[in-house]
Amino acid sequence: MTGRQPIDTYARAISEEKQHSVSSGSASSTDKRYSILHQDYADPDALRRLASRIKDHTLHHLDRYLEQAEASLQRNGARVHFADSADDARDTVLSILRERGITRLTKSKSMASEEIHLNPHLIEHGIECLESDLGEFIIQLDDDVPSHIVRPIIHKNRREIANTFRREGIAEDYNDDPATITRRARVFLREKYMQAEAVITGGNFISAESGRLVLVTNEGNSRFGMAPSRVHVALVGIEKIVPTDADLGVFLNLLGRSATGQQLTVYTEFISGPRDDSQPSGPEELHVVLMNNGRTDVLASNCREILRCIRCSACQNVCPVYRQASGHAYRATYGGPVGAVLSPLLAGDRFPELADLPKASSLCGACNEVCPVDIPIPDLLLRLRDKAKREHVPQPGNLPMAPFAALATSPSLWRTAMTMSKAMNHLPLQVAPVRPLQDWLGQRSLPEWHGGDFRKWMKQRSGEDRGTAEAPRNAEVS
Amino acid sequence: MAVPTQRPTDRKVLLMATCLCDAFYDDVACATVEILERLGVEVLFPEDQTCCGQPAFNSGDWKASRQVARHAAKVFAGDLPVIVPSGSCAAMHFHGHKLQFEECPEPAVDSLANRTWELIDFIVNGLGITAWEGAFDAPTRLAFHRSCHTRGTDTGEAVTTLLSSIRHAEVVPFGQQDQCCGFGGTFSVTFPHISGRMGSLKLDHILDQQPDLLVSADMSCLMHLTGLARVQGRPVPHRHVVQVLRDTLTRNP
Repeated sequence: MTGRQPIDTYARAISEEKQHSVSSGSASSTDKRYSILHQDYADPDALRRLASRIKDHTLHHLDRYLEQAEASLQRNGARVHFADSADDARDTVLSILRERGITRLTKSKSMASEEIHLNPHLIEHGIECLESDLGEFIIQLDDDVPSHIVRPIIHKNRREIANTFRREGIAEDYNDDPATITRRARVFLREKYMQAEAVITGGNFISAESGRLVLVTNEGNSRFGMAPSRVHVALVGIEKIVPTDADLGVFLNLLGRSATGQQLTVYTEFISGPRDDSQPSGPEELHVVLMNNGRTDVLASNCREILRCIRCSACQNVCPVYRQASGHAYRATYGGPVGAVLSPLLAGDRFPELADLPKASSLCGACNEVCPVDIPIPDLLLRLRDKAKREHVPQPGNLPMAPFAALATSPSLWRTAMTMSKAMNHLPLQVAPVRPLQDWLGQRSLPEWHGGDFRKWMKQRSGEDRGTAEAPRNAEVS
Repeated sequence: MAVPTQRPTDRKVLLMATCLCDAFYDDVACATVEILERLGVEVLFPEDQTCCGQPAFNSGDWKASRQVARHAAKVFAGDLPVIVPSGSCAAMHFHGHKLQFEECPEPAVDSLANRTWELIDFIVNGLGITAWEGAFDAPTRLAFHRSCHTRGTDTGEAVTTLLSSIRHAEVVPFGQQDQCCGFGGTFSVTFPHISGRMGSLKLDHILDQQPDLLVSADMSCLMHLTGLARVQGRPVPHRHVVQVLRDTLTRNP
């Protein structure tokens, strides 16, 4: 009852500038999402429900679809690796690269790679690993971590980026014009692409039917990365499988619109295996690393719906808590509503360390309303709060509820408390040593206590003729 | 949101006044009784009622909140509709209870869930009242805050329908209408900074439109918003929807 919630403390401490970057960036994405979905579809909700059913079906039969995807990928000439833990995934990627003598590579944006901290691992082992997504590139230069799934630098403004570019020698002078920043990054990255021997990507979808690996980007960086590379390693969570190519239509239509308000992202790549003899360039080898890293435990839990997630970030954009606190407040790879569910679950045994995340929500339900796969995020947050309580996770800042339940199940006690508490109207509550009361009264006034007045009014009415008792009127302005 | 599909529409109902009306907003409960009776509905008020249990439920103490739910199920037993002048407490009955009892369902709690209506939803979709024969004395701009726990229910549309039909009433849109006011029950005391910022932002958007009255189907949101507004020196006139329904009638009988 004494400690404050870490996410609230974090939000209190961030600069106005950072908070403004996050909230204005996410609010504009929310608006764009809404207008394009309603402009293009008579009933966007029907599409969300369809997508959620496809995902549920796939997850329900994941064992079967994984086998099918493996066979299809192999038929296309890809090599398939299964990685159970983060360690397995890191080791698998590292040994693929080492066995082929690769020392330089580019990497396009991948949340799966963030999850297992792949970059530092490769760099530690002598492999130069350059982020090619502009946002992730800036994150790498700043030794920062992404604060948003789709817009990793949503917490930064262009002045900070211009300073970084000058500091790191990407640019000779300070220039915060966005077009100039982009052009300078492009000049720097183009040269790096040509030197790279391999490319690492994530994967947005894999069709089990055809083995097509689908990548979406807006910068074309994964495509650039592939052109000169000998080896392509795609690190993909096992939940990214969809049954058929036709299903891709549903998800691609939802993903761009939900994420950035685009009908489709600028680049949508369908990769059907390594380069064949008819193709002039492209990787000779395609390795697909299918990563579990806790997902099967999530599948076995009562929060399995979170595995439907297609990483669009619509829930982060719309979330009022995320807008105030920023993604870094969540202390994990995934922040915002999806992160408040997924991060503690993926933490496995370290669940208690992140058990406060599911509390960082007023349970307003906006996240569920915008989710392209209709994940009932508020329900999952509540189930995780229940889990924390049942598992006796220490929860500083939580209000004890047993006294409340005792009162709310004893009607006579309740009625007495209602009437007696009228004394509150005459007490200097501002100085009462009760933390929750102080936290309320620090910013808000309480209305006048009218405990029991309605009950009295009802009694009078049933005693007298109906309609003669005068109803009390609350002041209109309080 | 799991809204029950086949709810009873009897002209005799059980009123759940909510703990906020019990403690602070008695006039909202009075207006509820007056309006329902005016519409020919007999209102019974079970004396032993307390709270829907949401504070414990949202805190993750489901053992405690299930006890409160069982108590409510006992108090409101029977076949009659249970009418609640709050979208949030109503949603606790028909959605929250289902969630917290999903692994251990109890028929009495299920029955409560399946008979619960938010008040305005009941008036419009249960009783079939789609226009309100009330009037304001002069043109009145109403800012309607759609409380979050009415998402996915018919309450928002029902409120807009009734308010818009009142003579001289204009329901004015405001910015970021779908954003939460920041109350969230225990959230407002465990996350005081974020909650306060959310509320202030909401107030900015509402007051930008200079409404004559801020209206909602949930007093909890209004308690939070107007409590903030008063401390910030920008008090805002506010009413529950059902108070507006009653007051526009009594002013023009």
